[in-house]
Amino acid sequence: MIFLEQVITILWKDVRYELRSKQMWTGMGLFALLVLVIFNFTFDLRVDNAAAIAPGALWVAFVFASLLGLGRTIAAEREIGSMDRLLLCPVDRKAIYLAKLLGNMLFIGVVEIVALPIFAALFNVPLFVGALLPIVLLSTLGIAAVGTLFSAMAAATRARELLLPILVFPLIVPIVIGAVRATGTLLAPAVNEPPWLGLIAAFDVIFLTVSMLTFEYVVEE
Amino acid sequence: MALANRDTQTERQNSTIGTPGQNTRPPIASLALLTLTFIGMMTSIFMIFLYVPTDAIEGIPQRIFYFHVPIAWIGMLAFGVLAVASIGYLWKKDERWDWLARASAEVGTIFITLALITGSIWGRTTWGTWWTWDARLTTTLILWFIYIGYMMLRSYMGRTPASARSGAVLAIIGVIDIPIIYESVNWWRTLHPQAEVGTPGALPPEVVLTLMISLVTFTLLYSFLMLQIYQLQKMQALAQQLHANIE
Amino acid sequence: MRNFAHLSTNNGEVYAGGRPASSMFFLEVKGLKKSFGLKPVLRSIDLTLSGGERVALLGANGAGKTTLLRILVGLTKPSAGSACIDGLDIVRDARQVRHLVGFVAHQPYLYDELTALENLYFFGKMYTVKNIQERASLLLDKVGLEKSARERVAVLSRGQVQRLSLARALLHSPHHLLLDEPDTGLDQEGRDLVEALLAEHTARGGTILFTTHQLERALQLSDSIIMLNKGRIVFQQKTVNLELDKVQRTYQEVT
Repeated sequence: MIFLEQVITILWKDVRYELRSKQMWTGMGLFALLVLVIFNFTFDLRVDNAAAIAPGALWVAFVFASLLGLGRTIAAEREIGSMDRLLLCPVDRKAIYLAKLLGNMLFIGVVEIVALPIFAALFNVPLFVGALLPIVLLSTLGIAAVGTLFSAMAAATRARELLLPILVFPLIVPIVIGAVRATGTLLAPAVNEPPWLGLIAAFDVIFLTVSMLTFEYVVEE
Repeated sequence: MALANRDTQTERQNSTIGTPGQNTRPPIASLALLTLTFIGMMTSIFMIFLYVPTDAIEGIPQRIFYFHVPIAWIGMLAFGVLAVASIGYLWKKDERWDWLARASAEVGTIFITLALITGSIWGRTTWGTWWTWDARLTTTLILWFIYIGYMMLRSYMGRTPASARSGAVLAIIGVIDIPIIYESVNWWRTLHPQAEVGTPGALPPEVVLTLMISLVTFTLLYSFLMLQIYQLQKMQALAQQLHANIE
Repeated sequence: MRNFAHLSTNNGEVYAGGRPASSMFFLEVKGLKKSFGLKPVLRSIDLTLSGGERVALLGANGAGKTTLLRILVGLTKPSAGSACIDGLDIVRDARQVRHLVGFVAHQPYLYDELTALENLYFFGKMYTVKNIQERASLLLDKVGLEKSARERVAVLSRGQVQRLSLARALLHSPHHLLLDEPDTGLDQEGRDLVEALLAEHTARGGTILFTTHQLERALQLSDSIIMLNKGRIVFQQKTVNLELDKVQRTYQEVT
C-alpha cells in the first residue's frame, strides 16, 4: 500500500536524520534521569513508601521527557526548511502524522528503555513485572498521539516550548492517572482496581483517530 | 468563501458608507437581551436571597449554590458551543463560525473561572477547605486549563485562518476528552474518597424554581455577552477587509 | 564547457498518464486573490498557459510572484478566485494537482543531512515515481551531479544545491514547471543547463511559469512576459517582437 510505504519512508528519513544530527537523544535521556534523582531527594523514600511514590516519580519523569522530545521532528522541519518540503508532495497528510507519531514514540521509547532499569535501581523496586510493557507502550502512544498533533500547532507560534505543555498536559490527564495507577497496582497489587489499561487503550484509539483526521487542518496553510 | 462574498458586498457598500442611515439601525437583539438579563438578574437576586428558605444544614452560605451551579453549567455549555462552532468552521470554512467559537471561548473562560471561584468559596464554607479533588471540581479545573490553552493559542497565532483551524482542532479534541477526564478522575477518586461538593438528596420545589430562574438568567447573560463579542469580531473583520481594499 | 545538446532529444520518457498530449496540459487562473491577514498580496490574477508555453513573471519584491506560485503548487490556499491545472481544481483536487506540478522555490526543499541520491529516493517515494533508482540516477546525470550522488546536501555548494532542487522538481515528470528564480546560485554552465532542461520540458508539451529579476533572461527564455505590481498584472505581452529596452522602460514605469 502506498500509504504505509510513505509512512515508513518518512519515518526512516526522520530516524536517519536524527541519527546523523544527534541532537536530542542525550538531552532527553539525561533529563529523565535527573527528574528521577530529584524525586529521590524530594520524597523520603523508605522501603515501605517506595511503592506509593515510585510510580508517580517515574511517570512525571516520562511525561516531562516526552514533552521535551515531542517538539523535535516538527521543530526540526519548521526551523530548517519548514514542512513545505513534505506538504509540496502529494502525500496523504495522515501518513505524515503517523510517521511523525511513530518517530516520536521511537524516540521517547528509547529514553524510557534507558530510564526504566535506572528507575528500578534508584527506587529499589522490582522492575520487569509482566504487564509493565503494555502500560508503558500504550501510555506513550497516547501522549505521543496528542503531543504530535499539538507540537505541529505550537510550532507555528513564537512561544512553542511554553505552549506545548500548556496544551498537552490537561488533555493527557486520563493517561497520567491511568499509567500511575496501573504501575502502582503492579508494584502493590490491590483489589477492585478499575481497568486502567482499558481506559488508556480506549484513549489511544479515540485520540489517534481524531488526531490523524485533524492533522491536515493544523499543518496546511 | 465568505471572504470572497463579503468582498463584493463591501465593494457595493463602499459607495454608501458615510451616508446617514447606514449604521444607525438600533441593536435590537442586544438591547432586548440586555433588558431581559437585567430583569432576570433582579428576579434571581430577589429569589436567591429573599425567597428561597435557608438551608438547614449549611446555612446562609449555601445560597452560593444558586450562583455556582448555573455558572458552571453555562461554562460547560459554552465549551459545547465552542466545539460545535469549531466543527462548523472546519466543515464550512466560513469564518462566522470562528467568530462564534471565539466568542464562546472568551465568555466560557470567564464563566468557568467564576465557577471555580464560587465552587471554592462554597467548599470553604461547607467543608472548611478551599479545594477538594472531587471529580466535578477537578474536571472543571482541567476545563479551565483547556480554555486558557485555547485563548493562548488563538492569541499567539493571531487573526489568521491557521489560527482558527488550530483552535478548532483543539476545541474538538478537548470536548471529546472532557468526559474521559471526568471518568478517569472519578475512578481515581473512588480510591481516595474525598469531600464532595454538591447538594445531596431531593430538592424542594422552591429550590428547583430558584435554580431554574437563575439558570435562565445566566443563559441570557451568556447570550448577551456572546452577541457583543460576535459583533465585535464582525467589525474587526470588516475593518480588515476595508483596509485590504485600500490602494 | 559541458555540451547539453544531447538533452534536447527525447530519451523515450513518458509522462505519468501516458502519451503527452500537449493539448491536455493547461493552467488556468481566474480572479485569484490572496491576503495574509490585513495585507493583500494578490488582487485578482487571471492567467492561462497551455502546453509548450513559457511565461516569465516579473515584478519587484513583494509584488506577489512567489505567492502566486505557492498557491498553484498547493502550499497556500487562495482567499478568493480559482485555478485549474489540467482540468483539476487546485483546492479540491490538490493531491492530484501536486503530481502534475514541479516546483523550484527560493528554498531548495531538500534534506541537509541526507545525500543527493537519498533525497531523490525520498521524494521519488513521495511522488510514487516508478523505477526510482533509474530515474534518480538519470536526473543526477542530467543536472551534472552524478559525482556528488553520495554526498550530503549540507556539503554541496549553492549551485549544486540548486541543480539538485531542479532534479527534484523534474523527478516525477510534471506537466507544469513552476520556478522561482531558477538561476539563483548558478554559474554560466548552470544557467545553460537550466536552459537545456527547460527546452526539453517544453518539447514534451510541458508549460513553464518562472519568475526572475533579470529582464534579458526573461526575454530569452519565455514566450510571453507578465509584470506584476502590488498584486495586479500591469503588463502582459508576447516576447516575439519585444525589444529589451522597451521591456526595461515599461518595467521602470510600472514597478
